[in-house]
Amino acid sequence: MGAPENTLAGHLDPARLDEWFDQRFEARMAEREAAHVPSLAIIATKGTLDWAYPPFILASTAGALGWDVSVFFTFYGLELLKKDLKLAISPLGNPSMPMKMPFGPQWLKDINWHVPNLVMAGVPGFEKVATGLMQQTVKNKGVASIDDLRSACLEAEAKLYACQMTVDLFGYSQDAFIPEIEGWIGAASFLSIAQKSDVNLFI
Amino acid sequence: MSTTATQTLDARGMNCPLPILRTKKALASLAKGDTLAVTATDPGSLKDMQAFCKQTGNELVSSSANQGEFAFVIRKS
Repeated sequence: MGAPENTLAGHLDPARLDEWFDQRFEARMAEREAAHVPSLAIIATKGTLDWAYPPFILASTAGALGWDVSVFFTFYGLELLKKDLKLAISPLGNPSMPMKMPFGPQWLKDINWHVPNLVMAGVPGFEKVATGLMQQTVKNKGVASIDDLRSACLEAEAKLYACQMTVDLFGYSQDAFIPEIEGWIGAASFLSIAQKSDVNLFI
Repeated sequence: MSTTATQTLDARGMNCPLPILRTKKALASLAKGDTLAVTATDPGSLKDMQAFCKQTGNELVSSSANQGEFAFVIRKS
């Protein structure tokens, strides 16, 4: 802008300084973005077989993508960290859950059984049967078991945290849980993880 | 399936996210520049494999669909 290029005044010319800064800033930001490891933080609060899938599918996949993954298991979600997984489903009060036979000829498999709530609630062992049918369907469709997905998470070094308050609340013993648990933490610790994460999910 | 790939992976019959998890595992054992040929039947794998390669920086050399089967060739980078 009028000032000769190679003089001090030329270098301090505001327009040229702005241009230099913009270029430098762009380059730095691009470097930063390239080096950035994405991170995922999930709060897992449900302890049924169906609800166990979303956190473990997302955590294991993010791990496979090279993301930094943390999952905080709280309330019923703690069931997903037990050594002995005894997860069940309850179709009762869940009108969206298709009730289908995983066995027999195709026409039988295609039927969506509408079971009245009264039957679901009243027949002893109904949930056990429904859980068994769901497990069979999962196997038939080539969907991973929860055990496999949890192992995949651990292999990918996803950090699995347990909520200490829930352990105290329900009177659990830490021995009942898998030894790979990253830590027994509370809300404040999880929030500091969540604050630095790119993706935060409550499941 | 390409016969020139360094390694092959049969992910047929597996459902999301297993094809991706197995692919990741298979790639880990390969050297830079090696190729992995994957076959899958999960229709979601078509988009997922693209996303996986983009995120992990590996090259998706080819991807094709043929009668419910999907074939991918990935070069490790």
